[in-house]
Amino acid sequence: MTSKSKWLSAPYVLWSVVFIIIPLGMIFYYGLTDKTGAFTLENITAIMTAEHRKALWLSLLLSLISTLICFLLAYPLAMILANMKVSQHSFIILIFILPMWMNFLLRTLAWQTLLEKSGVINSVLTFLHLPNINIINTPYAIVLGMVYNFLPFMVLPLYNALSKIDENVINAARDLGAGSVHTFFRIILPLSVPGIISGITMVFVPALTTFVISTLLGGSKILLIGNVIEQEFTQASNWHLGSGLSIVLMIFIILNMIASAVFDKDGEGGIL
Amino acid sequence: MRNAARKVYIALIFIFLYAPIVTLMVLSFNASKTRAKWGGFTLKWYSSLFQNRDIMEALVNTLLIAVISSLAATVIGTIACVAMSGMKRRTRSVLLGVTNIPMLNADIVTGISLMLLFISFGFRFGFGTILLSHITFNIPYVILSVMPRMKQLNPSTYEAALDLGASHMTAFFKVIFPDLLPGILSGFLMAFTMSLDDFIITHFTKGAGVDTLSTKIYTEVKKGIKPEMYALSTIIFVTVLLLLILVNTAPGGKNDNKDNKEQ
Amino acid sequence: MKNKTTRAAILTLSCLLTSMAALTGCGASGGGSNGEVIVYNWGEYIDPETIEMFEKETGIKVVYDEFETNETMFPKVESGAASYDVVCPSDYMISKMIAADMLAELNFDNMPNAKANIGAQYYEQSRGFDPDNKYSVPYCWGTVGILYNQTMVEEPITNWAQLWDEKYADNILMQDSVRDAFMVAEKLNGFSMNTVDPDELAVARDSLIEQKPLVQAYVIDQVRDKMIGGEAAIGVIYSGEAIYTQRENPDLVYVIPEEGTNIWIDSWVILKDAPNKENAEKFIDFMCRGDIAVKNFEYITYSTPNDAARELIEDEDIRNSEIAFPDLSQYDNLEVFVYLGEEGDALYNEMWKEVKSN
Repeated sequence: MTSKSKWLSAPYVLWSVVFIIIPLGMIFYYGLTDKTGAFTLENITAIMTAEHRKALWLSLLLSLISTLICFLLAYPLAMILANMKVSQHSFIILIFILPMWMNFLLRTLAWQTLLEKSGVINSVLTFLHLPNINIINTPYAIVLGMVYNFLPFMVLPLYNALSKIDENVINAARDLGAGSVHTFFRIILPLSVPGIISGITMVFVPALTTFVISTLLGGSKILLIGNVIEQEFTQASNWHLGSGLSIVLMIFIILNMIASAVFDKDGEGGIL
Repeated sequence: MRNAARKVYIALIFIFLYAPIVTLMVLSFNASKTRAKWGGFTLKWYSSLFQNRDIMEALVNTLLIAVISSLAATVIGTIACVAMSGMKRRTRSVLLGVTNIPMLNADIVTGISLMLLFISFGFRFGFGTILLSHITFNIPYVILSVMPRMKQLNPSTYEAALDLGASHMTAFFKVIFPDLLPGILSGFLMAFTMSLDDFIITHFTKGAGVDTLSTKIYTEVKKGIKPEMYALSTIIFVTVLLLLILVNTAPGGKNDNKDNKEQ
Repeated sequence: MKNKTTRAAILTLSCLLTSMAALTGCGASGGGSNGEVIVYNWGEYIDPETIEMFEKETGIKVVYDEFETNETMFPKVESGAASYDVVCPSDYMISKMIAADMLAELNFDNMPNAKANIGAQYYEQSRGFDPDNKYSVPYCWGTVGILYNQTMVEEPITNWAQLWDEKYADNILMQDSVRDAFMVAEKLNGFSMNTVDPDELAVARDSLIEQKPLVQAYVIDQVRDKMIGGEAAIGVIYSGEAIYTQRENPDLVYVIPEEGTNIWIDSWVILKDAPNKENAEKFIDFMCRGDIAVKNFEYITYSTPNDAARELIEDEDIRNSEIAFPDLSQYDNLEVFVYLGEEGDALYNEMWKEVKSN
């Protein structure tokens, strides 16, 4: 079987090398060289300049806030869903997946229409003689866009983890006299850690690196690290700097992966 | 009382998730061309949609890329799973680690790295480069849904088939394949969905005159979305909704669906 | 044994790469009976019907792609990844491309319409960025100015300084492209819009940072929709949008600010490594035909340098309109962008990032 599997794995190994390993190698090559091709660390240390530091800091801040909000919204939701009758499961879950079939850009753009100064929400508020909300083109709108787009990525792993918990364990805890708060913190929460970790990863990474949401809902006034990298490639045509900053970004992603590997040793979490 | 609170909570999240979608649907019936004004009810965007060459081309590209890339990824990924099951533990975990990269890495980094690859090797950007990129980020989704099934397989049934004189091919298709099928199907569906919704990686690897719906929308965002686009998304959304309801209410469809929808 | 496998792997790998490259190459070519031409133009900058007419008349398939700003166009063309034939950059970008040796010399004998129909003064003006008129054929021209909504401002807007007026906080739309944004701040401070003096640039940058809290959003083509929809009171916009926006919303007024502004020309150029040079010349010449140019003018409403087309404009008001065809001799403070060199570009990009991240 071994020689056979070597042969069988060839196409995939080849594919991984050509389309995963080599491209990543190229990012490192560009990131660690300057225009003349000489080795340099300048593109990496460029993250310390005021404007890059600010962009990175803001990205970290907004993505952490979004992740937290997603978690706080999704956890009760996942608990409610996990406790529902089995026959309703698939349908209810579907309802939370379905929005993803509307194009991601259009969904985000729709928020623009809703939030604009003379947009739908404000028209309704004016009609009801309530004060208008003015969050379009501010960091609040970006957080809202992130929460909206990535919430399902948090709900699903949480739901999966929670629905796997054996009810007998919970009942046993209750029988032994644990109150519901106690049961939650001692039994349910610890058992759902793999789901929490993978939910956090699935929200945090795309939120940290997005450039689309900040462009659409931030009025191009707010520069996230994703925007900086995108612009280095598509406008300033400084691939070296863009690659260098991508390497910095990857460091954060790797940190996140290590953290999840530590907390979720068996790889139980995940949306699958 | 608690039950009511739960229902209210679900309803609120439901509104949050669907408000933008309803907005888009309403806009598709708006006679005024700009998003800002309501110009009365019309169905004209639905008819002009099918005459709009650009949007139709983008739709065809999107679907073609999604179908071909998810099929290719399913074949490559499934073969890889079979191959990996016969590997030493360490080789396997290295390979699985590499597999995870496009999924865990930021889309923007994956897109840029592929762009750099294509440029350095003198590829001509176009349909082909988008397709290659989509296959690349689709494979992990297939492997991740086939691999758990693979682990559950009993290797001795395969060996028994071989002992009974079946060729490797026959043994695979008669014994292993049927067991893997649910995993393969759900992997395919997930790959298809990811491909359909991707914007960032396509943005960096697309070439002249080739657009998917996502990239088309992104360029239109800057200059004003054509209302036909709302009409098209409404059609797609309603179609998917109907299909899912059909699959869900049809007897026996439920179990399969449980795997599929988890994306 | 091991060596053999590695060698085999490398061999297959390179085979795979080259065949894939060939495959993607094939996939994109083909097209009409007389080949194709790949055009890279600004968004919403042509009447799609004229493209269809060109395809029908010549049997050449047009592959059409759009960009938003000169700055996003350049890296795509430079990387060579997409191999375009015809591009429509602005003045300063054309001189940058000439400096980078990216443009092909045009053969005007193959383009009789380009020779005959484009007004001589526009070729003269083009000498600023294309000294021998070898590389470019003017397509549209105009100024950058302020579009404002009469019902939303207290007094007429006449100068850039009013974009710094706190009264209009959250009602101002700025251009999201580095040269246009800096131009506004440089004119406000009385500098040249082509300055590379770091001190002057720092002042301009600080002005932009100071203005940022008042700005509703930095946008490009979206200015048009937002102004029509009454989302903002004041927007920085290209003169070509004035007619269209006014038609859609009569409250809108376009002005050239007192401090002076940018006058620009967007011209057709052909890339040096264009795969379909002949078709590219045919395409440019077709667009210079009077009846085609007037169609484009009526669709995009940007001022045309095409004299033949201007005569064909039926609506007399528009033919003599001060907005569509302003008499620029009355202004003495209009300036053309010039290419600032690699260091100048880098400086502007750096400063622009500082504005955006603030």
